[in-house]
Amino acid sequence: MQYPDINPVLPEIILIAAALLVLMLELFIKRKETIGFIALIGVGLSMCSMFYVKGVVGQETFGGMFISDGYSAFFKIIFYLNFYLTVLISLKYLKIERALRGEYFGLLMFATAGMMIMASAGDLIVLYLGLELMALSTYILAGFLRHKKKSNEAAVKYFLLGGFSSAILLYGISMIYGLTGTTDIRHLAGLLAGGGIKSSPVLLLSVALFVVAFGYKVAAAPFHMWAPDVYEGAPTSITAFMSVGPKAAGFAVMGRVFLIGLASVRIEWTTILIPVAILTMAVGNIIAISQTNIKRMLAYSSIAHAGYAILGIIAGTQEGMAATMNYMLIYAFMNIGAFAVVIMLKSEGLEGDNLSDYEGLAKTHPVASALMLVFMFSLTGIPPTGGFMGKFYLLMSIVNAGYAWLAVVAVAFSAISAYFYLRVVMYMYMKESKETPVLSVSPAIGLALIITVAMVIAMGILPARFIDFAGAASAAL
Amino acid sequence: MMTRRSSAGADRKRRDRMAINQFFFGYFAFVIILTALLVVTRKNPVHSVLWMLVMFFHVAGLYLFLNAEFMAAVQIIVYAGAILVLYVFLIFLLNLKEEIQGEHYVGEWPMGLTLALSVLVVILIPLAGMKVKPFGKWSIAAISKETHTVALGKVLYTGYLFPFEVASIILLVAIVGAVFLARGKSDSPEDE
Repeated sequence: MQYPDINPVLPEIILIAAALLVLMLELFIKRKETIGFIALIGVGLSMCSMFYVKGVVGQETFGGMFISDGYSAFFKIIFYLNFYLTVLISLKYLKIERALRGEYFGLLMFATAGMMIMASAGDLIVLYLGLELMALSTYILAGFLRHKKKSNEAAVKYFLLGGFSSAILLYGISMIYGLTGTTDIRHLAGLLAGGGIKSSPVLLLSVALFVVAFGYKVAAAPFHMWAPDVYEGAPTSITAFMSVGPKAAGFAVMGRVFLIGLASVRIEWTTILIPVAILTMAVGNIIAISQTNIKRMLAYSSIAHAGYAILGIIAGTQEGMAATMNYMLIYAFMNIGAFAVVIMLKSEGLEGDNLSDYEGLAKTHPVASALMLVFMFSLTGIPPTGGFMGKFYLLMSIVNAGYAWLAVVAVAFSAISAYFYLRVVMYMYMKESKETPVLSVSPAIGLALIITVAMVIAMGILPARFIDFAGAASAAL
Repeated sequence: MMTRRSSAGADRKRRDRMAINQFFFGYFAFVIILTALLVVTRKNPVHSVLWMLVMFFHVAGLYLFLNAEFMAAVQIIVYAGAILVLYVFLIFLLNLKEEIQGEHYVGEWPMGLTLALSVLVVILIPLAGMKVKPFGKWSIAAISKETHTVALGKVLYTGYLFPFEVASIILLVAIVGAVFLARGKSDSPEDE
């Protein structure tokens, strides 16, 4: 009897063990911040083990079902960052909402573990189970404010549509299995490259089903309908968490499935993805203009950014994948940074998620306004912020792949997006405030803001370092 | 050596068996679709659940015809035994009289039906081209030699050990979520 090598799975095992510990400690520890601190340490250990495992031991285990390579490591870094920043911005917020409980951190850790399993999945079954672990934890987190109707609504909508998309994904997997007799992604690639299965209409159908299921996870149009309601109703810290984590995880599996597993039917999936990308950018950027709630606006903005990031997958090259990965890293910083400012506006008496709450904020709170200014510039894609460089690499990769017209479309929509991002800046700097909002500042959220703003600017000034890192990681694919 | 007559006899036997198989498949498939339609069209949720029970038994029958006795048993124990009972418990919590009197469908149901039917057509057209290929490692002969539970256990605890463990975590998260969302209000700090 030969036991599988568990070293490559060590980060996931440590993370899940820590999550179980956190769930148990909830019973004994009255001060919930302590539990949050323990969760941070547990995730830190998991992260250390990832760096220890990398380079020391074999890359894959469980018969190729789990792959721990540079590609998965890059995405796992995004997931760890996502976890850390979310915990930092949520401590004070949850206290105000009176929902600071141990399960919150436990579920965040389970969701992160699910994303990590997705990024490392070498088999479609593992991919699906990782996705389900992530999704199930996120559904519960979306409904974490049990006494709020909007939060309940968000959870139920997310759950129903998520279940639907899971069914579609499973249907696609079952067809691939029926066609080839395998669910192993690399084995599948070999079979498709070899023979006459390529022209089968069943394969085309399963490719379409994969696009639908992954499109749902990254909130690409026309599978985006859930996003605005869920983002608005969920606790703001969870909105930040799920606008980055599940999206990055969705792109991680898209990279593996489309660029490896279905590489030989590239023409088929690009034909489906190109209209999806254009529609996503259009829906996200145009509908965002009419939003008056900042969480809804950021939801549409998140849809639009998924549209940009799909461009790297459409390019279908290693350069394109590196650009998408780099963009997800930048997006994690700028988006969570923006949500950190939104969260600060939430105080005992004020919901703080209406655009009008930002009127004249620059006079009363100049630092918070300046930070918001940087994040909005970065989301628009104005140099010298990271958002500009991220879009630059994406557009370069798509032009190099021969889709120059698609780059023109993306730039046009990006110009439209300037209207609603800069409107926030205009409200803060050029309008008079009606009342002075009280900011809920805490050391944790301050730390999160320092990290995010520093990284947004660093990635704009020293972009080569990060794109090289992403390039090296995507080379492992 | 086989004479022509006996080979013709074997051929007829195989044809007969195919015909019987097809007849039973047709029966099960028809009843499954019919009861599934009844489940969604009945106004009284109790009737829906009972039709669903009939449907579950017929799905188990399909498994039997695929030589998957263990799956058939699990189908009945898990779906008919556990999940259906869960649905019945849920119906206890509803106000049945109101349910029956209320509007059964949302206003846009013709639109939904059209979309669902078109998706069905889109899925059926490619599926019509599917062919039966040679079985993999676990052919019917191999499974009946090993017996079902042994074969399933071997696959589940060796090749698919990792997904199996991940599935256990998913179930744990589901339990934690259910307890968290449903727990009483009195002990929560949000009401302090």
